[in-house]
This record gives sequence, structure tokens and C-alpha cells, in this order.
Amino acid sequence: MIIAEQKPLEEIKALIADAENVLVVGCGTCVTVCFAGGEKEAGILASSLRMSTKLDGGPKAVEHVTVQRQCEWEYIDPIGDRVAEADMVLSIGCGIGVQALAERFPDAIVVPGLNTSFLGLPTEQGVWEERCAACGECILGLTGGICPIARCAKQLLNGPCGGSQNGVCEIDPDTPCAWQLIYDKLKSQNRLHLLTEIQAPKNWSSSRDGGPRKITRQDLRLAAEESE
Amino acid sequence: MTKTSSNGYKSGSRLERLLRTGEFVVTGELGPPQGAGGDVIREKAVLLKGVVDAVNITDNQTAIVRMSSIGAGTITVQEGVEPIIQMTCRDRNRLAIQSDLLGAYALGMRNVLCLTGDHQSFGNHPTAKNVHDLDSVTLIQMVVKMRDEGKFECGDEMKGIEPRFFVGAAANPFGDPFEFRPLRLAKKVAAGVDFIQTQLIYNIERFAEYMQKVRELGLHEKVYILAGLGPLKSPGMARYMRDQVPGLDVPDIYVDRMIEAAKGIDKEDKKARSQAWREEGMKITIEQIKQMREIEGVAGVHVMAIEWEEAVKPIVEGAGLLPRPEPAA
Repeated sequence: MIIAEQKPLEEIKALIADAENVLVVGCGTCVTVCFAGGEKEAGILASSLRMSTKLDGGPKAVEHVTVQRQCEWEYIDPIGDRVAEADMVLSIGCGIGVQALAERFPDAIVVPGLNTSFLGLPTEQGVWEERCAACGECILGLTGGICPIARCAKQLLNGPCGGSQNGVCEIDPDTPCAWQLIYDKLKSQNRLHLLTEIQAPKNWSSSRDGGPRKITRQDLRLAAEESE
Repeated sequence: MTKTSSNGYKSGSRLERLLRTGEFVVTGELGPPQGAGGDVIREKAVLLKGVVDAVNITDNQTAIVRMSSIGAGTITVQEGVEPIIQMTCRDRNRLAIQSDLLGAYALGMRNVLCLTGDHQSFGNHPTAKNVHDLDSVTLIQMVVKMRDEGKFECGDEMKGIEPRFFVGAAANPFGDPFEFRPLRLAKKVAAGVDFIQTQLIYNIERFAEYMQKVRELGLHEKVYILAGLGPLKSPGMARYMRDQVPGLDVPDIYVDRMIEAAKGIDKEDKKARSQAWREEGMKITIEQIKQMREIEGVAGVHVMAIEWEEAVKPIVEGAGLLPRPEPAA
């Protein structure tokens, strides 16, 4: 899922400085699960902003609403009236949610309350780790199900650099070396031969380097058009 | 179509010619300045000329911005010191690397060392975006393809002269996973690398173990391996390298020897203590060179005396490796 964390309150206050009526919009999907922008966080943030701006001498009206999924038109259309009433929308969805609101409601001023961090999972209560870089050309079948694009600091494809020591990455003792993990996994599965083959330079054109990405499924599109 | 040079050498570099004739070679290292002054390079080049066979010119080492490797290498070429251009994957994509290598060749450079590059978080621009379009293995492949096939990475034919580099890479025998290190070296050999310079080695016994594995894989017959050595300057440096630097294995004996070296010298006499430490550091390196010569498959040494280029001559001399031989044409 998409992992995000809330921006510092001071930064959020600076973003909404020009508004009187603010609508905080939470999202019920990924950012709810990572405790960054769900119903509960939307309520707490709205309340914090009301109190804080009051203490600062410029109280703002801050309301909140949470939609099930901020990244789909059908879930955000129903809040159109509330968006229209506010003079600023503070989205605490991921970056997709922020842009979905901005795109669907062209007159609304939409600002982000979260920093969208990465695609990952909770490895334990309160800890999230990155797992996927959405590079568009999955190589997990060659690497024991451990992604060196997302998890190696240098995105290496042909084994560990010289900075792998005692299982951790040289850049941070709390970060496991992805190539140590890959080596251990493939060794335990008797598949080390996968590591001795040279992986050619990666085709990054399916990654962000090829420009903004878009997938069109004609099979689905045609079906949709016919049903209209 | 495989192109070969008329003299039978891949590059004809001094380093290649000496290695081919079986000489035990010595390479050094020169760190370009954090400024645009060419004289710094010239002064350092003078200290290394005739002392080592070729000199590595680092490429924004430890991710700190310095004069470019190719820029500094151009100056050492003028000074009669053969450079080994270091090229990392951190700062350049495949377009920039190929273009820079064409320029480097045109300027007279003949050796290139293909590296992944230190992570930018260690340097003075930790908020920079890194590239890592290629890794060291695919970088080797690309430079070899440029030389042997006259083709760019994309497969397009070059127009005119192809850059004929003697292609090197690094190896860290003490990186983890330890058992994978010889296999990683094998991968670089399969990619076509001509020579290897290892990271700094202090634990000679453990390095000998690594070389045993390397010989079992037959790699010592396919690639020239230069063992990386560096003189210690002080007990503090020895301790720091033992305890703080990832990928280094410094046995306690050397830390103890460095401490012992200044025993009996007045603590206030900093100059004398420093002198005693440095002499001991050079002595250790000289001993290590002799030990390295006994290990089958070690084709030479790479002496890294960072910001202490003055030490290289006494070390090479002390190891009985002066004067340096002139290669055959």
C-alpha cells in the first residue's frame, strides 16, 4: 500500500494561512491503514488546526470529511458541495488523492497535509518499510522476491556493492542490505546460479524516466463504451 | 565485428604493457582538489612520477565535489604520469559516461576504473539525486563493448575512432556476503574486466583466503589483481578504520603497533610522535607489499596514501620496487 506521514503542523498552517474556511479531507484506504490520513487523523488534525489558529489569534473554521477512496471519482463526487463551501481543501490523502480532488474540483484550492512516502508495508506495529519502486518491469522472479530497485540504496542489479557489512547497508545501520537478503534467500533455496548471471542494464523507460505513465486496456474500455 | 589494435594490446597503456610482461606493478592514487587549481595536481604528480606505473584519479570520492577525474587526468598526462580515470555510476547515466569516455580518450587517457560510487549521503551534497542507471558490472560491459566492438551501449556503431581503454574495476574482499565476493569478482571478469584494484587490505591472512577462492575459480588467470594497501598515519586513524569504516578489516596488531610506535616520546612533542607513527605506518605497508608478492595471483599493489602522496616513494623504495621498469613498446 501507499505509505504517508503527516506534515509538521507549522507547515500545514503556512499552507492554509490565506483561508478562513478549511475542509480537511481524509481517505479511508492506504493512509487510514498507516495512521496518517484516515477518519481519525482528519478529526484530530481539524481540531488541532482550530485550536492552534485560535491561540494564534486568527481562528479558522476547519471541518473534516473522509471518503472511502480519494483516488476515484465516484467516491469524491459526493463531497462536491462541501468542497465548494470551503475556501481551501486540505487533503490528507496520498499525492494521488490530492490531485484527484484538484482535478475533479477545478475551482477548489487543494493543498497537501501529508508527505506521500513510499509503497510498502507495516513490518511491525508502528513500523513501515518500502518494498516497491513501481519501476514498471518487475524482476522479483530473479531476486528471491526481494526488490533491489526499491531496497538497495544504489538500485544495483548485479550484487552487493562494497558497503554491505554484517547484513546492513553502509548508509544506515537500520537498513538491511537488500543484496545480503537476496543472497541468503537464494542460497537457502539452492538458486545461487541466478546471481552469477549478468543482468543487463535496466530498461528505465517503463519507470518514471520514460515520463508520466499511463495504462490503457482496450478490452475494458470498449466494454465500458458499449454499456453506455 | 571485433576490432583489435595493431600492436596486440587492448589499450597499449603503460599499465597494460607492464602487466602483460609479468612485472609486479605499482599504482597510486591522486585525489583532485576541491577547487579549480591545476597546480595542486601538478605538485602531486611530481611526487608520483617514476614512483608508480599509473595513478588513479578519483571521481568525486566519498561523494564530495572535486575537480573532475578527466580534467585532473588531462593534467597528469601533460606531466607524464599515466592516469587511471575513475568513473562512477552515481553521477552519470549511460549517455554521460560514454560521452565523457570519448572525451577522455581523445585527451590521452587509456585506463578507466569502473565503480558503483560511494552513496551521496556520505558527501557534501546529501540531498542530491543519484543516478545508478548502470552498475559497475554493466559499466564494465559497456566500456569493453565500446572498445572491442566499436559500438555504443545501444548497439549503434561509433563513427571514427573507438576509445580503447584498459578496463579496471574494484573488489572488496571483505564486504559481505563474504562467500559471494569471489563470485562477484567472477561476474566482473565475465563482463570483460582487465584488471582489479581491491579496497584497502590490512588483514592479509583473510585476503589470502579470498585469493584461494579466486584461484579455485581460475580468475587469477583471467584478470590482473592489484592488492590495495595504504599506510596508517596514527593510532587514531587505525582505530577509526578498524571500528568505523564499513568494509574494512584492520587487525588489532596494527592498531597496537601504531600505539607502540610513539611510546617513550614526550606527549607534548607532537611532531616527533607524528613522525614516529608515520614511519611505522610506512614500515607496515612495506611489510604488507612483501607479503602480497608471495600470494599467487596478485599482480601488483595499489598504494593509497590519501593526502599523503609523499609517503609513496619511500614505501615503494622500501619494498625494493624502484626504479620502476620501462614497458616494451
